[in-house]
Amino acid sequence: MKITVNGKEQELDIAPDLPLLWVLRDHLQLTGTKYGCGKGLCGACTVHLDGAPVRSCQTPASAAAGGLVLTIEGLSSDASHPVQVAWQEHNVPQCGYCQSGQIMSAVALLERTPSPSDAEIDSAMAGNICRCGTYTRVRLAIRQAGAQAGESQA
Amino acid sequence: MSMIRKISRRRFLELTGLSASGMVLMGSLPGSALAGVLDMQQGAMLNLFVSVKADGLVEIIAHRSEMGTGIRTSLPQVVADEMEADWSRVKVIQGLANADYGSQNTDGSRSVRDFYHIMRQMGAAARVSLEQAAANRWAANIGDVAASNHQIIHRDGRRLDFGELAAEAARLPMPDMATLRLKSPADFRYIGKDIPIVDLQDMCTGNTTYGIDVRIPGMLFASIERTPVLQGKVRSFDRAAALKMPGVVDVIKIEGKPLPSGFNPLEGVAVLATDSYSAMQARAKLNINWERGVHATHNSGAYLDELAARVSAGPGKVARERGDTEAALGKARKIVEATYVTPYLAHAPMEPPVATAHIHDGICEIWACTQTPQATQKTVAATLGMEDKSVKVHVTLLGGGFGRKSKPDFSVEAALLARDTGRPVQVTWTREDDIRHDYFHSCSAQYYKGGLDDNDKLIAWLAREATPPISSTFKAGANMQDDGSLSMSFGSIPFAVANLRVESHEADAHVRIGWLRSVFNIPYVFGIGSFMDELAHAAGKDPRDFWLETIGPDRELDFADEGFEFSNYGRSLADFPYDTGRLKGVITQLTDTLPWGRTLPAGQGWGLCAARSFLSYVAVATRVEVKDGRLRVMEMHCMMDAGTVVNPDRVHAQMEGAMIFGLSLALMGEIDFKEGEAVQSNFHDYPVARLNQVPHVVKTHIVSSDALASGVGEPGVPPVAPSIANAIFAATGQRIREFPFNKYFSI
Repeated sequence: MKITVNGKEQELDIAPDLPLLWVLRDHLQLTGTKYGCGKGLCGACTVHLDGAPVRSCQTPASAAAGGLVLTIEGLSSDASHPVQVAWQEHNVPQCGYCQSGQIMSAVALLERTPSPSDAEIDSAMAGNICRCGTYTRVRLAIRQAGAQAGESQA
Repeated sequence: MSMIRKISRRRFLELTGLSASGMVLMGSLPGSALAGVLDMQQGAMLNLFVSVKADGLVEIIAHRSEMGTGIRTSLPQVVADEMEADWSRVKVIQGLANADYGSQNTDGSRSVRDFYHIMRQMGAAARVSLEQAAANRWAANIGDVAASNHQIIHRDGRRLDFGELAAEAARLPMPDMATLRLKSPADFRYIGKDIPIVDLQDMCTGNTTYGIDVRIPGMLFASIERTPVLQGKVRSFDRAAALKMPGVVDVIKIEGKPLPSGFNPLEGVAVLATDSYSAMQARAKLNINWERGVHATHNSGAYLDELAARVSAGPGKVARERGDTEAALGKARKIVEATYVTPYLAHAPMEPPVATAHIHDGICEIWACTQTPQATQKTVAATLGMEDKSVKVHVTLLGGGFGRKSKPDFSVEAALLARDTGRPVQVTWTREDDIRHDYFHSCSAQYYKGGLDDNDKLIAWLAREATPPISSTFKAGANMQDDGSLSMSFGSIPFAVANLRVESHEADAHVRIGWLRSVFNIPYVFGIGSFMDELAHAAGKDPRDFWLETIGPDRELDFADEGFEFSNYGRSLADFPYDTGRLKGVITQLTDTLPWGRTLPAGQGWGLCAARSFLSYVAVATRVEVKDGRLRVMEMHCMMDAGTVVNPDRVHAQMEGAMIFGLSLALMGEIDFKEGEAVQSNFHDYPVARLNQVPHVVKTHIVSSDALASGVGEPGVPPVAPSIANAIFAATGQRIREFPFNKYFSI
């Protein structure tokens, strides 16, 4: 099957029910997307499929066939995406493991809702667990990235 | 006379306290002794931690594991400061397992407190080597040259970049550590500053290598079905069915060992496949028939009831005694009694345990998200019958650790499977494996009885506990806390009470017990901090005032006269006294930032708790609201006195994280055992805090101090749960004597 990942079309000989997470990690060597629970509970594996955030551990390859997948590696090569910039300004990561998923969820939120309210942030990010407890800074970074998006649109 | 003299290895060890040979210059050691380091560093080595390339790039070894504390930045930051390196021209190199570095066991909140001074010495030694090389080049007196921002500058204005001097500096003997001049704190360039972590950008782009990201050509991916009950044995399994599954290459039984568990792998059956998912899926076909063994009788609910009854019923073994507690309780005007219980917990780091092993050319290479590369090296070497030096342990980034990754059992699994298959093997624990087969944080029961006199002052403190000990993991049958474990708050209560007695009861272990972030301070500070609040209310006093009054006068505590061997986290009381003034200091400074004591709307309350752990002093205050049976934590505030602080931003981050870690266990943390098996298995039934559960007000404060640096990673955790329980009481009048609180409230 064919899946376009980070702008590059990939021809893959894989079982249709293989979760996208393992397609990315074990077949395409894109290890920035993380395994955390395998049950869609923690958000560490969040990627975008056709512009929407999905839990790649719960997304069979067949559901991504013919689709456009964006992973953390495709967001920018130099951490210049406004969300990545805000993440760095607030020194969000601790161990860093869940941060790919956090960032991909935050990007999806801000694409839909450029200036989210606190409640919208809470709701959109509730699916991404961070065991280190970086949540306070996740909120700050999203607010900053949202504010900047608001300014650039004005 | 030159201030540089060659020092003997022995002298160096005396000076630094390190069991190190490698601090001595490379030239004085056989090359093989440093082979493991040399293959990672490309520059000229000035000492074991510092090398400089010809282009001036300074390479600094991080010998501790990065699991989120920022230690890969903080200790190199200290080295760079002392050597006057330009941080933008520093590259941090992760050290392999190597005893020359001293301990690499990254737990116990020890990295900065144990290595701050040594890292300053390493930086200063590198600086002096470069200064001496410049002085030699210029035929000048070393007193006329000085390092500044990556250059050595002569007082006449001549200057040379570090890179131009590296080769010559590396040939000089090691500077005399005894006369080494360290910088004045006023001249610090990086220490005490918010240096962003070196992995920051990579963590934001996915360009990182955790244990689970290691890829070796030809490697197999393994997933292991392990015994559901401690000491269970495989009776039979369906090897053929698993082998038929797509991608599966091999099926291998791993033999468990008798107790103690130590760092041995659990008994199980491994499926090896060409990718992770195939290996995980094929486990379902193994159809293992288990001999469940004696621990299959373990039911945690009934067991905790049994421990609670034991501590309430009668005296145990006395660990500490002052005055005559029974007599004082007999005379007391008011008696307060309470029994607290706390559950088993699992670590649940976001990255589960993962290790990769490759045996080739007579050596075994391990890549692992390990907190303890040296124990990994030793355990793998012993298992394979190799010498330690033949096991090369690469430390990846750790996706969280919290103590779980201090146990190298998962690396041993990978090594055994690599041996048996002759191929590189990566063992990935699933989340279910991680939660069901953890080295669990222990459950605990505690009983307290306090007496108040006519002035409502505390005159007697009786405390009894029963907690399956960590020592059971290393000594079969151990079932009693020793003074070292009781030194985590239970035995070391700092109260100025004339009569006290601290007792322990037996508690058999039925699961693998391990250490989790702040260890026994979690149950004990929950008991102590809650009981202090109960006493305060019985005394009719504001809890803050009661804490301050009961801690009593400023003084340094000494427990020796009371029969208690206080471990003080492995450090001397001379260097790190137990200073009651600092404990009161965090309470007063924290509550001064709050509207403490003012009336709140109905259903709301403030709760307070303070503790000293890992040599640091922490107070936490929490505001909650309880409405229609729903508990909401509204604000969390934390004040920490950790002495000298290297990277304040990372200390704040640890405090923020510790409060959320504490929130998780207080609201939701519980592992139950039914017939010896862990009931919970993933984040649906072992929930941890999510962003929407975290209060919008989380404030952290660091006490400004030039005392010796003390622990940071763990001490924020213990006061959180009792502060919430105390806030619930203030809000509702309901006293909660166990966590998690979701047994009582919706959250």
